[in-house]
Amino acid sequence: MAAARCVLAAFTKGCCTPRSYVTARTLVTSSSVLYPVKNSPPQCAKPDGVFHVTMIPGDGVGPELMRAVKEVFKAADVPVEFDEFHLSEVQNLISEEKLEEVLSSMKSTRVAIKGKIHTPMAFKGDLASYEMTLRRKLDLFANVVHISSLPGYKTRHNNLDLVIIREQTEGEYSSLEHESVSGVIECMKIITREKSRRIAKFAFDFATKKGRSKVTAVHKANIMKLGDGLFLQSCKEVAELYPMIKFETMIIDNCCMQLVQNPYQFDVLVMPNLYGNIIDNLAAGLVGGAGVVPGESYSSDYAVFETGARHPFAQAMGRNIANPTAMLLTSANMLRHLNLEYHSNMISEAVKRVIKLGKVSPP
Amino acid sequence: CETCKQQLGTRTVTMIPGDGIGPEISAAVMKIFDAAKAPIQWEEKNVTAIKGPGGNWIIPPEAKDSMDKNKIGLKGPLSTPIAAGHPSMNLLLRKTFDLYANVRPCVSLEGYKTPYTDVDLVTIRENTEGEYSGIEHVIVDGVVQSIKLITEEASKRVAEFAFEYARNNQRSTVTAVHKANIMRMSDGLFLRKCREVAETFKDIKFTEMYLDTVCLNMVQDPTQFDVLVMPNLYGDILSDLCAGLIGGLGVTPSGNIGTNGVAIFESVHGTAPDIAGKDLANPTALLLSAVMMLRHMGFSQYAMNIETACFDTIRDRKVLTKDLGGNSKCSEFTQEICERVKDM
Repeated sequence: MAAARCVLAAFTKGCCTPRSYVTARTLVTSSSVLYPVKNSPPQCAKPDGVFHVTMIPGDGVGPELMRAVKEVFKAADVPVEFDEFHLSEVQNLISEEKLEEVLSSMKSTRVAIKGKIHTPMAFKGDLASYEMTLRRKLDLFANVVHISSLPGYKTRHNNLDLVIIREQTEGEYSSLEHESVSGVIECMKIITREKSRRIAKFAFDFATKKGRSKVTAVHKANIMKLGDGLFLQSCKEVAELYPMIKFETMIIDNCCMQLVQNPYQFDVLVMPNLYGNIIDNLAAGLVGGAGVVPGESYSSDYAVFETGARHPFAQAMGRNIANPTAMLLTSANMLRHLNLEYHSNMISEAVKRVIKLGKVSPP
Repeated sequence: CETCKQQLGTRTVTMIPGDGIGPEISAAVMKIFDAAKAPIQWEEKNVTAIKGPGGNWIIPPEAKDSMDKNKIGLKGPLSTPIAAGHPSMNLLLRKTFDLYANVRPCVSLEGYKTPYTDVDLVTIRENTEGEYSGIEHVIVDGVVQSIKLITEEASKRVAEFAFEYARNNQRSTVTAVHKANIMRMSDGLFLRKCREVAETFKDIKFTEMYLDTVCLNMVQDPTQFDVLVMPNLYGDILSDLCAGLIGGLGVTPSGNIGTNGVAIFESVHGTAPDIAGKDLANPTALLLSAVMMLRHMGFSQYAMNIETACFDTIRDRKVLTKDLGGNSKCSEFTQEICERVKDM
């Protein structure tokens, strides 16, 4: 697509000259994930000096966006090879075996780049969507979305810089539903102290590492006194271990209102699953939409890179109109995670330059 | 208009002034209605909870009788003191009168600039079940389960209300907001009911959209939305989000529709104890809720007059309360609206 070609042009014009970059660093030591990786044999770079990354294109515009990433990586001479797996719930390309293949690939690569696997509303048997199953098996408990305004791309709120951290494995997405009486459906939302503490610790560690000053916990504990009350309590307990970071709490509906009136008051936000989904999308809309926001998901062993607001955008499929910015920025983040700082900066600078110049912008 | 008055007669409405700035903004609204010669008589009642015969908390019987008789109520902000022992007043009212739908029209105010212009949508939220069922258990220490309840009956009721509202207020589209891709059974049921009701309202367009997509699009282009109908939690969040788009809770009207024709219109902001009694409060939210009430009762001409007077005052930006960017008093703002409405 035109935007991707522009980024390639930014490389070849000589404003950034790629050079072959062979790394002998192991994936384990080069990981910028905050959690110490469990005891496992250090993964050496392959003899051909290339990192292997699992790639799951997903549905909708996923495959096109992945093509854009591959083109840009080729132009920048990035030493990454992709192990591709095509999973799709809507196209019936899912099965236990395929899931096992992806998981074993992840075990050796530890890093993945992924598009959105669309969840159809009709379900057969299992209530959990494929994405949820993948997330649970890999225990990707933390979803981090960095909302920052792109220079040159004007929206109603400019110069935004927030981070949204969302607990991704429990909460409202527990997929525990049943029809207790005909016409009455019960849906369980599960909150555990362990997972709430884990995500709170992740948020504070993240804030400390990135030099952030404030963490705001978002909740609805005035109504869900036990559930969100437990989440809030866990956040408060963890906050006491980090006296240098300011800790605040805010109710979700007020938070949404404040985000559209004065988003600059926020720094890092941490919240359970559903509220995270809402705030991710709301904040993505503030800086320009799902096409410009990168995101990543972490577990203690793996890192999965994807866009911030996850939509398959099926109506744009095949029409060459999808915005690859989010996926390209995501791939740059992935390269940083692999300690390929040089290539990471090259790609993100090129993307930002293209947007700033305003030469090519998708609808 | 005189014909309305003749056909409908003067109606009595239960007025619940509320706490904090409640009494002053209620007085302001009554003054404006007087100036507009609206055919409304007010019956003031207090709803502070008392212990009933069975030991559970109820609202005072004379308040309940008044509402049952008049059917229509206007309510200011209520506070629930922390050590009061009784549950939230709003919750109590909701349960007493089975207020199943909360309606919030959000319209951009000319003269009160926000980054979002041309907002004109209505959020209709199911108010009795969903995530706010209050059913929670501690399964084992450190694991809590909250139950979200969705029933066929409540979903159908709110969907029917949404479509009727759209029809009565000349709105063209109703959008169901849900997360049926994740909560496949519960939101799936809600969505199914909306679809069924849509079949019987062929003159209104029906669309459905995921909650996250709505949030994403709402902050980029709110003009694409018309009437939104959704379960409890999403409604709570989205209605506050939309209030934020037009300027906050101080300018947003709200109405609660119950069974047996009961409807309570209210301002959704807080009691603002720091400015109570100082003639600084902004009565816009309560006034616009009262206008909604007039329309609900069929007094559309009076509603139009009062609303226009209010919007004109705000557009002119000469006499505005502090929260709207001016430095006039509540009484001055009220007076200005009264003058304008008298001229109509």
